[in-house]
Amino acid sequence: MTARDTHPAIEASFRIERARLIAGLARLTRDIGAAEELAQEALLAALSEWPKTGVPDNPGAWLMTAARRRAIDVIRRDRMRARKHAEIAGTLEEGDSGATEAIEASLDDPIGDERLGLIFTACHPILPREARTALTLRVVGGLTTGEIARAFLAREATIAQRIVRAKRAIAEAGLSFEAPRGAELAARLPFVLEVIYLIFNEGYAATVGEDLVRPALCLEAQRLGRMLVALLPVDAPGKAEAFGLLALMEIQASRLAARAGPDGGFIPITEQDRARWDKLLIGRGLDALARAEASGDGGVYALQAALAACHARARRAEETDWARIASLYDRLRAIAPSPVVDLNRAIAHGMAFGPDAGLRLVEPLRDVPALHAYAPLPAARGDLLFRLGRCAEARTEFESAAALTRNLRERDFLLARAARCATANEGPHGLANSPTGSTVSPKRA
Amino acid sequence: MRVMVLIKATEDSETGKLPPTEAFEAMDKITEEMAQAGVMIAGAGLKPSAEAKRVAFEGQARTVIDGPFAEIRELVAGFCIWEVKDMAEAVAWAKRFPNPGPGRTEIEIRPFYEVADLAGVLPPEPADAAPRSAERTKLGVA
Repeated sequence: MTARDTHPAIEASFRIERARLIAGLARLTRDIGAAEELAQEALLAALSEWPKTGVPDNPGAWLMTAARRRAIDVIRRDRMRARKHAEIAGTLEEGDSGATEAIEASLDDPIGDERLGLIFTACHPILPREARTALTLRVVGGLTTGEIARAFLAREATIAQRIVRAKRAIAEAGLSFEAPRGAELAARLPFVLEVIYLIFNEGYAATVGEDLVRPALCLEAQRLGRMLVALLPVDAPGKAEAFGLLALMEIQASRLAARAGPDGGFIPITEQDRARWDKLLIGRGLDALARAEASGDGGVYALQAALAACHARARRAEETDWARIASLYDRLRAIAPSPVVDLNRAIAHGMAFGPDAGLRLVEPLRDVPALHAYAPLPAARGDLLFRLGRCAEARTEFESAAALTRNLRERDFLLARAARCATANEGPHGLANSPTGSTVSPKRA
Repeated sequence: MRVMVLIKATEDSETGKLPPTEAFEAMDKITEEMAQAGVMIAGAGLKPSAEAKRVAFEGQARTVIDGPFAEIRELVAGFCIWEVKDMAEAVAWAKRFPNPGPGRTEIEIRPFYEVADLAGVLPPEPADAAPRSAERTKLGVA
């Protein structure tokens, strides 16, 4: 190892250990902020020691010991200060020294793995939803505040404040940083899955801005999902849904490279070059789906993964099993009813059983307030009308969809479809064009 | 980024001698850790080159060469595919692998080409073309 590459190499090694360090230290100090600082100081110690001694055999254990020692120093210093203040005020009493002893006793403990507890704490329902995603990316994913802000197109100060408040809320609630078990785990797992999927969707279906996808955010969510299924106990209640979510993300991510054209434009699923789909991720996704389905409860994520798998299994768009997709949406609607699922179900029925069938299901949705300004609704209706040969009406629908979407790439796509309606002859059209591509991404379902 | 990790052969791996139980356990441990970090995507071990074949190309000629092959250190005995944030992370993980030794062996880390790298090389799909039924020759593209 040369002197020049020592520091980046040490930092890379530290990054691997960071989540585990923070998890262990947070468990010890009940304070994420303190845990982060202690981990950072352990990194500084490594940066000064390792170039001389070489990287230790077990870098994680070394870092944890360094951080625990530092924690003891801090507590002693604070206590000393408190004692001095007490002496000055004449109120000295023999205080409780349990905290130091506990940490001293832990010095020789194996470093353990508290990451699951950290994940559940960062995703705790007492925190506002945006705070959960930011905190999870920060302490589990190891992203900087700046990176999180860029990913969500938010101001760095906003994200920083969100994280600070979340840490305070956790401290005030006295959370233990332990992973829940049994019924408690079953009740809290959905919050963890929701956070991971929110992160994924912000990357996959970038709701704002010029990028169609922000792949880094998708990758981060996939990493979290993989981490979660690996860390959850085998018999954890609800584990099937964790597999379902992982399957959903792996399969959707397999299409990232195919969803945007060379100019960054949006390409709907039926028109994508399937050779660009990532076979490795499809394989992993189908495997995770099989594990989710083996335990058989078919939750919301597993069902959506099964939907995504219908596309992944079709070698050509024409081979897509739309009847199966329609029936999966029927099931999804039964367990997770939402206007967005209704819309996607209508689209699927339109693909499986013809535009008339689709339109029949779409019409009642026009009165649903939640879909009032939802671009995929007019886009889907436009597609069905176009296929029925009602081109003038279709054009109006595509134009209103274009006016509603906040994603610039999607808007270009919709305007292009509107323009095609203007030149098309009235009369039925085939299946060549798909809806908006939101068919398999009921992101607000 | 995605990397292919090539674990090079040793005299032992080439004789088909399977590693001792402890070595298997050490490998399991690091593999498990990497799965828990969300990094491990795929991987497998390869049989000795005695069971391998090479197809050599020269103009129109194709010659099949049977293993074993001589240059042990250049042979691949196993591979993994990892998804990492950067090469520094990949190197940090690789350093944690148990030495497959005895003696000097190597692990080689090769980043995949990504679609973006080949943007100017791959012919664009004609806009009105029917989706292809056959696999396009893009193997190796992450």
